[in-house]
Formats: sequence, C-alpha cells, structure tokens
Amino acid sequence: MSEPKDFIAGVDSDQRRSPTRVVFVTRRTSAQVKVTHEDEVQTFPEVLFRAALIIELLAVVLVVFSLLFNAPLEGIADASHTPNPAKAPWYFLGLQELLHYFPPVVAGVLVPTLLILALVVIPYFDVNIEATGLFLVHRQKRLRIFYVAAVSLLLFLMLFHVYVAVVPTVIVAIAIVIAANSTLESPHRFRRYLASKPLAYWIMTWFLFELIVLTAVGTFFRGPGWSWVLPWRS
Amino acid sequence: MPVQEYGIVERLRGSRVWRSVFRSGTGTSTLHRSLAVQQNIFLHLFATKVRKRMIRFNVTWFLGTLTLGTFFILVITGVLLMLYYHPSVPQAYADMKDLQFVVSSGLFLRNLHRWSAQAMVFLVFAHMFKVFYRGAYRTPREFNWVIGVVLLIITLLLSYTGYLLPWDQLAFWAITVGSNLSSTVPLIGNKIHFLLLGGNQVNANALLRFYVLHCVVLPLAAIIFIAVHFWRIRKDGGLYVQQSEPKMKAVDDAALATTEVK
Repeated sequence: MSEPKDFIAGVDSDQRRSPTRVVFVTRRTSAQVKVTHEDEVQTFPEVLFRAALIIELLAVVLVVFSLLFNAPLEGIADASHTPNPAKAPWYFLGLQELLHYFPPVVAGVLVPTLLILALVVIPYFDVNIEATGLFLVHRQKRLRIFYVAAVSLLLFLMLFHVYVAVVPTVIVAIAIVIAANSTLESPHRFRRYLASKPLAYWIMTWFLFELIVLTAVGTFFRGPGWSWVLPWRS
Repeated sequence: MPVQEYGIVERLRGSRVWRSVFRSGTGTSTLHRSLAVQQNIFLHLFATKVRKRMIRFNVTWFLGTLTLGTFFILVITGVLLMLYYHPSVPQAYADMKDLQFVVSSGLFLRNLHRWSAQAMVFLVFAHMFKVFYRGAYRTPREFNWVIGVVLLIITLLLSYTGYLLPWDQLAFWAITVGSNLSSTVPLIGNKIHFLLLGGNQVNANALLRFYVLHCVVLPLAAIIFIAVHFWRIRKDGGLYVQQSEPKMKAVDDAALATTEVK
C-alpha cells in the first residue's frame, strides 16, 4: 500500500439518527446521492401498534361477517350423484372457465405452469427493470410489434371461441393505443399516466383483467353443462 | 430508574421476572425501543426503524399485514376446529353437522375459518398486485418476490386441501374436478393423481392425505416461508420507496430544504 491514495474520504455523524458514517469515493467516480435523509420511525411501537390495530379491525370485520353469513354446507359427499355444474373453489374458476375452451392439458397444466413461471421471472426479466414508458423509445417499431401481437392474440381467442377473454383484451389494447399516442407532457393526467407505463405493467394489467373477468364468469354466469346463465335470473 | 413514578404496567415491566423474559428492559429511548425489536426472536425479523412515509395507509394498504392477520385467525380457529374433527368417512361430515348443531359456537367457528380463508386468498392476490404496481419487486427485492409467489402457491394449496375436509357434495366434486386435472399431466399424470388422492378417485384416503397436508405440512411450510419473507424485507433494505415519483420527490426536497435552513 505504498501508492498514493486514490480516493476521497468523508465522515458524517448524526448521533441521534444513525451511527457515524464514513464514505470513500474513488477518484474516477462521482458519488451520486440517491437518498440524503428520510424521516424514520421506530418499528416498536409505531409500526407494530399500527399492524396490531389493523389486524384487530380485520378480526372484527371477519367476526361480524361470520355471525351474519353461514359457510356453505351441502349434503354428504356422494360419488354416484354428480352435481351439475361441478365447480372448483372460486379462485380456480378462471382456470375452469379456460377448461371449457381448451383441452385439459392446456388449461389445467400448461397455463398454470406458465403463469407461475411468468410470475417468478418478472423481476429477473430485463424488460421489467426498465421502468420507463413502453412507447417513449422506438415508438414506431414497438407499436408495430404491439399491433401484430394484439391482433394475433385476438384471432387466437376468437378461434377457440373464448369470447369472454376478448373483452378485457380489447380494453387493455385500447389503453395501450392511447398510451402510444400520449406523451409525458400531455395536458391530461390520465394520458401522462398511461404514457409512463412499461411493458410489464401492460402484461400484468391484462392478466389482472382476465383473472377478474374469467373468475367472475365462472362464478356467476355458468350453470348446468357450463352453459351461460344470468345470475339474477334463476 | 425510579419505577415508582410510573403506572403498574411500567412497574411490571421493570420487575425481575419480566426482565428475565424481555431482555430489552423498560424505557422509551431509541436504544430501548430498538432493543425491543432486535432482542426478540420473532420481532428481530423486522428492521428496528421504518421510513416514515412507508407507514402511510395508501402506500401498501397494509395488505401484507392483513394477510398475516387472516393467517393468525386461521391458525387459531383451525386448531379449535381440529378438536371437533375426525378425518374419516363418513364421520367428517357428521362432525360438520355437530359443529352446526351440537358444539357451542361451532357454526361460528367454522364460518370464521371459512371466510378468513377466502379473505386470505383474496388478500394474497391483492398484495401481489399492489407490490407489482408499486414496482416493489425490482432489484434488490427480486428474491422476496419469488418467495411471495411460493407463498401464493402455498396459500392456494392450503385453501384447496381445506376445501375437501367438510366432506360434503361441494367439497367432493370441487376436489374431483381439480384433481382430475393432475391426471392430464403428460406421462406421469395418473401417477401424480394416485399419489395425491391415495387412490383412483376421491375417497377416505384422499381425505386423510388432505387433512395431513392442510393441518401439518402446508402450515409449517407457510410459517417458514413467511418468516423468510419478512426477514428479507429487512435484508433487502426495508419496504420499497418510490424514488422516481416526481411529486413525492418534490415534497421531500422541500422538506429537506427547510430542515437544512433551520
């Protein structure tokens, strides 16, 4: 260590908030200050008491709900008597709805596996790290790719008669088109918001819409033989 | 410290027995409050300090906390329900009827367990989407997101295995529909189906398997992953703060400027 020093050192001390900090800045870099200082609160009691309070509120709500509404209980299990329709728990009804259109190996195995894989890779996928609007760079190229993707997805859904999944797809596609035609300087707040959204946002939003619509359709709009029924007309 | 000046709670907290349990001791200093978190085996999963703007309601909607709350309720009501439940056919269904008509507050207990379970599934999804839309899954929090996905799967499996236990028509056919999907897995589908149910269709063996999974295996897995999930929040630098939000930043800069002027 006989070389001359190649760094700048600094010391900062604020004993009431944090221990002494020492900083070494090597010469060729410039220190970029991201966070200077933020107000902090003690976990105990501030955060823990809030958590306890919110859990107690939740408990009150659930207790009242349980006093008012009884959990469903049907007749004893009978393998010789199949109810029509036989429905899975509500959170799987989106998948059961897909089962109506696609072969079981697709709706029951392929789709859930791909969904889980997609969720796992979200934070590792480079596209997601980029937190800027989808159309702020390479607008024309990306718009072309989007049109091809959206149209093929819609054709695919139509081909398999998955009309319930078409509606959310169209809604999200319209939002994306609006986003492509908006800038961050747009006078409308909503358009500024849309323009700033990255690809991951659009995929997740599409997934969320599909999840809600498919689950709702499976839960409320499906009757005997998985036929279309209206819940208010029984 | 003159403990006499404080109320009975403070005197209790200053007592030798209390001090032997909670080593952090009494006092309201930052040090004592930090120690209260650091020196508690459960609380030490959390950081001793949290950024002030993270505890505002609209940042997280407390969805993670609420999910934990439903888990607590489910463990408590679940253990109580186990006292009245036999995982056998047809006794399981008779136990449901007993809970309804014989056991004191049995119906309420089952209602609370069932509705809390539905709430937990909903809250887990809500928490996931909230975290995504906040951008809180990004580096360095990727792995905690993955643990979250694991917890989502565990929650769904917990709810799904619990669905069979009442042994009514709803339970039987929901599990039949669901488990039939496993037999469509290429090549090993039938083997998975048999392993899951302990037979070729939903029967007493399936009930016992689902009971063991629901009451032992999955809750333990959930507890382990919840612990890691919480610990990683601290290790990954606390709850995610949106740096890029211009409005928020402007406010902070203004606040900082005033502090510096003072």
